[in-house]
Amino acid sequence: MIEVRGLVKAFGLLPVLRGLNLSVERGAFVALLGPNGSGKTTLMRILAALSKPTAGTVTIGGWRLPEEAAAVRAQLGVVAHQPLLYDGLTARENLEFYARLYSLSRENRAARVDEVLARVGLAARADDLVRTFSRGMQQRLAIARAILHRPHVLLFDEPYTGLDQDAAAMLDALLGDIARDGHTIVMTSHDLFRARALSTHVAILSRGQIGYYERSAAIQPQELPALYAEVTGAASVR
Amino acid sequence: MTLVDSPARPSRLLTGMTILAVVMFVAATLMALFYAPTDQQGHVQRIFYMHLGAFMGGALAFLIGAVASALYLARRQKRWDTLALSAIEIGLVLSGFNIVSGAVWARPIWNTWWTWDPRLTSAAVMWLTYAAYMMLRNGIEDPDRRARFGGVYGIVAFTSVIFTTVITRVRPDTIHPVVVGPSPQNAQGSFEINSSAMTVTLVFNIVTYVILALTLIWHRVRLEELAERVQQIKVRMFSR
Amino acid sequence: MTMTETAQSTSQQTAAPRALKTPFWRAMIALAAKDLRIEVRGRELINAMLLFAALSVLIFSFALELDRTARETSIAGVLWVTVVFAGMLGLGRSLAAEKDRGNLDALLLAPVDRAALFFGKMLSNLLFMLVVALLLVVLSTVLFNVSLFKPWLGLVIVLGTVGFATVGTLLSSMAVHTRARETMLPILLLPVSLPIILSAVRASTAILTGAPQEDWIAWPQLLFAADLILLALAYVLFDFVVEE
Repeated sequence: MIEVRGLVKAFGLLPVLRGLNLSVERGAFVALLGPNGSGKTTLMRILAALSKPTAGTVTIGGWRLPEEAAAVRAQLGVVAHQPLLYDGLTARENLEFYARLYSLSRENRAARVDEVLARVGLAARADDLVRTFSRGMQQRLAIARAILHRPHVLLFDEPYTGLDQDAAAMLDALLGDIARDGHTIVMTSHDLFRARALSTHVAILSRGQIGYYERSAAIQPQELPALYAEVTGAASVR
Repeated sequence: MTLVDSPARPSRLLTGMTILAVVMFVAATLMALFYAPTDQQGHVQRIFYMHLGAFMGGALAFLIGAVASALYLARRQKRWDTLALSAIEIGLVLSGFNIVSGAVWARPIWNTWWTWDPRLTSAAVMWLTYAAYMMLRNGIEDPDRRARFGGVYGIVAFTSVIFTTVITRVRPDTIHPVVVGPSPQNAQGSFEINSSAMTVTLVFNIVTYVILALTLIWHRVRLEELAERVQQIKVRMFSR
Repeated sequence: MTMTETAQSTSQQTAAPRALKTPFWRAMIALAAKDLRIEVRGRELINAMLLFAALSVLIFSFALELDRTARETSIAGVLWVTVVFAGMLGLGRSLAAEKDRGNLDALLLAPVDRAALFFGKMLSNLLFMLVVALLLVVLSTVLFNVSLFKPWLGLVIVLGTVGFATVGTLLSSMAVHTRARETMLPILLLPVSLPIILSAVRASTAILTGAPQEDWIAWPQLLFAADLILLALAYVLFDFVVEE
């Protein structure tokens, strides 16, 4: 579903991604791990067609980036660490606005908005201003926004940022539920155990490349910290 | 490809141009001061040769800046951005000299350093527009974005300057004399180019300032590329 | 990827990307409607702009001691300076609101023509400016007893605000990415919008003093030309502002 070949991204003279290769099959849930500055967010922004690669090829669902960006965008849902919502609008108004941007037809719009609101457990608060929502509720609404247009691929960039335990547990359940829909998912995270538990594959980013890629089931949870330190350790020396 | 042939020393062509520019600049100034005849305005009229020369050099630099901005956006090659920045900096220097020399001339002729005449205003606005361009660049950290925004603003600024210039030509109420071509009705301090010595001096001054502008821009580009090279070496040293 | 694979993937799905894109007008209207809805609910921006405009007119009337004759010749200048400054107040806030919570990214994630995003934003900015201008027209008529309700003046106000909103939206979308953006916006915007402000003031003054039409008709024509050029420039250049 996602094919990345020889991806290079440099900011000015500083290369962040150095010839990165990644192949994600349809329906996989990849947890992307790596220390700060390893290029996780940069990679996510390129996959989301927000940033152009310096070199290399990226295809998502057969569409090439950046040439066919519009087609990629239409089948992509993104949740970032910021909720990307408008404070001054209600939950429903936020979703309706995005539904219009994704050209959902007028008839389907209201029904689909109700459906995703129920899905993330916000049906009761649909007509309250987002300003009054807790951080966890905002993040759930952000997920509703991301799945609104039934995208094939979901990108989650640190979705757990700023959530308390209860909200995080709720997000766990929600992500597990969404993963069962057959979306292809890439999620960046700092939480090794949570990432392994949710995902089907674990990828560790190091020195601007994928330093490790394995099925989650093949990794013992207790081995993960040592493995992570080993893969990224080489990078932290520099 | 860079314009720098050897990192330490300028190319032979640039050295030649530099010598030519300096010699011509001295000659042009001497011509304006001694060769050209005095007219009824007295010696102060001699400023005119440098005044128009600096304007032409500045205008050419801004034109290069606009073209380079557009080329950067189209091609995304760093060197076009470097050229745009360099040209606009040199344009600021020359058009600044144009404004100051105009003020020096205006003091005895119009009896004031400055007046809110449309032509003077448009020259001042041109200078301020490009000063804003420099401010914009200084306000952005990311080099990629700095170049992109510089390109966009470079094009918008040039369009606006052209428009302002057109507007000031539409207005008949300027007091600024036009020496080449018909002067406006209420122009004050007009004079005529009525001897071949004056014409020769004027043409020579304009050519000199054009060559001066090009030479300075080239030097500025080289400086920027050398600074970049230093940066590159630094990055390579630290990322080892 | 090999050549044949590339050829296959493009031949299979050639026409599709266009169809997947949200229509230009729909995206543009959706964005402008969203801004209006937030504004109708909170009225944060428009209240600040209107209050600023009213204060500015009062301060001008003290500072310039607008007597009967001075009014006719300087009221247009007061009007436009106020619209420009109130407009900048709105422009800065409107784009900062998109940038600060990352909403600009969310807009860019949508399968929408970048230009549609620009024109949606420009449309809402324009509407706010027109509301301010309308208030000023009413206010000046009441306070200075100079009737500003003239069809030609209305046209000049629309032409002037269209040009200013266009270049203002373009430049404020750059200014939000700079350090000290509140000071950056006026520095970038004022010199570049001078042709528009100048033509609009000249035209308005001539209309208000009742000069014959052939004396000033060139100004609205210039304004119209400036608007067209700026709209075309913004259409082309906005892509370069938002893409990384």
